[in-house]
Amino acid sequence: MQELLQYLFSGMTNGAVYAVIALGFSMLYNSTDLINFAHGEFVMLGALCMVSLTAGAGIALVPAFFVTVAVVAAAGMLFERLAIRPVRNPQPVVLIIITVGASIFLRGTGMLIWGKDAHSIPPFLDIAPIDIAGARLLAQSVWILVIVTALTAGLHLFYKKTLTGKAMTACAVNKKGAWIVGIPFKWMVLLAFGLSTGLGAVAGASIAPITMSSYDMGTILGLKGFCGAMLGGLGSLWGAILGGFLLGILEAMGVGFVSSGFKDATAFLLLLLVLYVRPQGILGTAEVKRF
Amino acid sequence: MNDKYLPAIYTAFALGIAFLGWRIDNAYYLQLLIFIGLNTLLALSLNMLMGYAGQISLGHAAFYGIGAYVTAILTTTYQIPPVLALPAAVGAAMVIAWIVGMPTLRLSGYYLGMGTLGFGMIVHIVLREWSSVTGGASGLVGIPPLSVGPVEFASNKSYFFLVWAVVLAVIIFCRRIIDSRVGRALCAIHDGEKAAAAVGVNTRRLKLQVFVLSAGIAALAGFLYAHLVFFISPGSFGFMASIKIVTMVVIGGMASIWGALFGASLLTLLPEWLHAFSEFEMVVYGLVLMVVMIFMPRGLTRGVVDIYERYRKTHDRQ
Repeated sequence: MQELLQYLFSGMTNGAVYAVIALGFSMLYNSTDLINFAHGEFVMLGALCMVSLTAGAGIALVPAFFVTVAVVAAAGMLFERLAIRPVRNPQPVVLIIITVGASIFLRGTGMLIWGKDAHSIPPFLDIAPIDIAGARLLAQSVWILVIVTALTAGLHLFYKKTLTGKAMTACAVNKKGAWIVGIPFKWMVLLAFGLSTGLGAVAGASIAPITMSSYDMGTILGLKGFCGAMLGGLGSLWGAILGGFLLGILEAMGVGFVSSGFKDATAFLLLLLVLYVRPQGILGTAEVKRF
Repeated sequence: MNDKYLPAIYTAFALGIAFLGWRIDNAYYLQLLIFIGLNTLLALSLNMLMGYAGQISLGHAAFYGIGAYVTAILTTTYQIPPVLALPAAVGAAMVIAWIVGMPTLRLSGYYLGMGTLGFGMIVHIVLREWSSVTGGASGLVGIPPLSVGPVEFASNKSYFFLVWAVVLAVIIFCRRIIDSRVGRALCAIHDGEKAAAAVGVNTRRLKLQVFVLSAGIAALAGFLYAHLVFFISPGSFGFMASIKIVTMVVIGGMASIWGALFGASLLTLLPEWLHAFSEFEMVVYGLVLMVVMIFMPRGLTRGVVDIYERYRKTHDRQ
């Protein structure tokens, strides 16, 4: 029981991170029909920016966090403006290769700036782990869970209550229709990129204290976040949250009760399972589209 | 490409290989050309699936890896001669492709891409973690050189001729399929799956067949790779390897056999040229990929033509 709870806690921590990454994929897919294979690299940028700002420049935690998110979101928007918008005939295969190229480029940039070493920073608040029924819950895990809850609530309100959020939803439902009623589609795409990469930065900055961050951490995190998004239903906000947590918890259980070596395989087995059984994901309703 | 000239083109190609093999003695250049040959095989195999049938695969390196690992395990652990390991390596990849393809090829678009990606990652993880059989992350060493009876392909030169003979054979083979009824059916699937089904193409069976064929060619490349380098590790068959194959096909130009050859050559040589950039290698590589795809989304070979035509149009107007 104590063991189970411990796995649940560590699963929830990872799951929350996957959920935020999955949210990034989903938000972007929603408004642009695009899968950003460089998304994991923006998570890496978030983590390493956080490291530089706090440990390197000595900036306090909270401002460092917001500066990180702003910088990475700006980088994401720049990426959209320079590499995605100029594409004349945006076919998925072409976009996949462009984003893969971007991921290699960003990884290379990360290596140039931060070197090949792994970095870490102290936790947000230096509190001893919380003891619940014999299982230990790290204070940083609580922080991550708080951040995810706030983000989810914020995004939900953004999509339901603000005009911009509604305009983005409109773009997701029908691009031409949105354009006809006067929604500036190009700005919405730019905003979606900023939002999505900003979410990636949040994930990166939150895990900087509990993992070693290095220039090559992004790929696997990105792929797993993507699996989470698919699991819950690509394009759905609650789906991304559900999928991320489910993936994290199942992965932790797999490590605990099956084998730690195959940890990374859990995500991809779940991905295949979901694709074969219910391609639209657990909460998704949209029909499976073709190119 | 006109059918009338095909025999002449093949002959020229064979003569070109013979000439290169005869002239080049530098071990480094020979090695490079061998790798271009292997990558051409990979690009050709994916091109059949992606360029002609329009089915994307983001996990093709898995079949490359299966081919390499099956022959490596059989020839080192079980001491089976490489010639006998060849059918096992190719056969294993084809059987796995058949099993995996049945549920996966029902998907389309991004979902198919993700399904194949997931499969590729799982194979990569199995190669890395199943240490008792695959040697784990450190890989397998001591793979014997390839020999057929008394002929041993141990030198770089003999291997060069072997690999390029295989490439030529596969090119002719693929060309024959494309020019056949099956090839036209594949192109029909590419243009519209429902329309193809409506005119009587058994789309599901045909997609599975081309997937299995494609896996077989990739495994053949893996087999040749294992007996070239004598040492394999899971790192060569991961996600980035799969992406590299896709890139070769797309940069070269999809649905073109010579495009596959061109894309494979370029992506094999590019890292060699980029060594000059040392630390900036990754940055430049990523930039090249992005810039080519932004300005020439149909690949370099067609991209140059497209840009020329755009230039002529604007020029004529003035």
